[in-house]
Amino acid sequence: MIKAQKLPFAASSFKWINAQDAAMSLSAKDKANVTAIWSKILPKSDDIGDQALSRMLVVYPQTKTYFAHFADLKPGSAEVRKHGDTIMNKIDDCVNHMDDLVPYLSSLSELHATKLRVDPANFKILAHSLLVVVAAYLPNDFTPEIHLSVDKFLQLVALALSEKYR
Amino acid sequence: MVQWTDFERATIQNIFGKMDYEDVGPAAFGRCLVVYPWTQRYFGNFGNLYNAAAIQANPMVAAHGKTVLRGLDKAVKNMDDIKATYAELSVLHSEKLHVDPDNFRLLADCLTIVVASRMGSDFTADVQAAFQKFLAVVVSSLGRQYH
Repeated sequence: MIKAQKLPFAASSFKWINAQDAAMSLSAKDKANVTAIWSKILPKSDDIGDQALSRMLVVYPQTKTYFAHFADLKPGSAEVRKHGDTIMNKIDDCVNHMDDLVPYLSSLSELHATKLRVDPANFKILAHSLLVVVAAYLPNDFTPEIHLSVDKFLQLVALALSEKYR
Repeated sequence: MVQWTDFERATIQNIFGKMDYEDVGPAAFGRCLVVYPWTQRYFGNFGNLYNAAAIQANPMVAAHGKTVLRGLDKAVKNMDDIKATYAELSVLHSEKLHVDPDNFRLLADCLTIVVASRMGSDFTADVQAAFQKFLAVVVSSLGRQYH
């Protein structure tokens, strides 16, 4: 393993740099943080998932283009609720697969790449919407450190989901 | 020129009217330095930014957070010409501070999250949409004078 390199400038601020970490993989602390906050998210998972998706469709109207087949895209509609649940349940499952996200999400990635063809930029948008909802629901638990770990986790989920795109 | 609906105007005035700048500024800026550590590159003279606890306890971070929020206030009071309001600040960030404008977006995201945590269920989807539109205009204006 390549050790942290000595940098000529503000090295203390960049202690996280080494070749292994360059891919922004999850440290043990990140995994612990994600597991901890998810134990608080799980009891409200359905609401949070519904909120995140509903909110995304309102705040980023361009995302509605992927749901032209839904009869009702208004926040809280039955279809939106159901789909928010579907997505959130899968993200919940990913928390138990932080060490093997790519194989775990392989078939979902295939689906998104070949059939759904969702531009991966939208994964970031959904991730942001989810972070906002979690912050609103769990303001005292969603500290900056937890935020950092969850953000990294969601980015890695997005990356695993994009694996089969090209 | 940006068009604001009555709802958007009222929402922005309402959010900032109720906001405690001394709390939200440091919280948002500190969060940005923690969640996106590469943003620390501009603050080499801020002393100890070694970990999240140090960042959140750092008085220079708190002071700068307040400075940033007070700067945002200018846009709140001049919603119909944010571009002109920030022309000088944009030049400053480009020519003197050499800040990558992508950082404005990162800070805006952290601010949204802090406001969401303070407002809870009052931070509805429509309120978030208005808030993010406002921040998008701010971010765009700050990047406008870069060349």
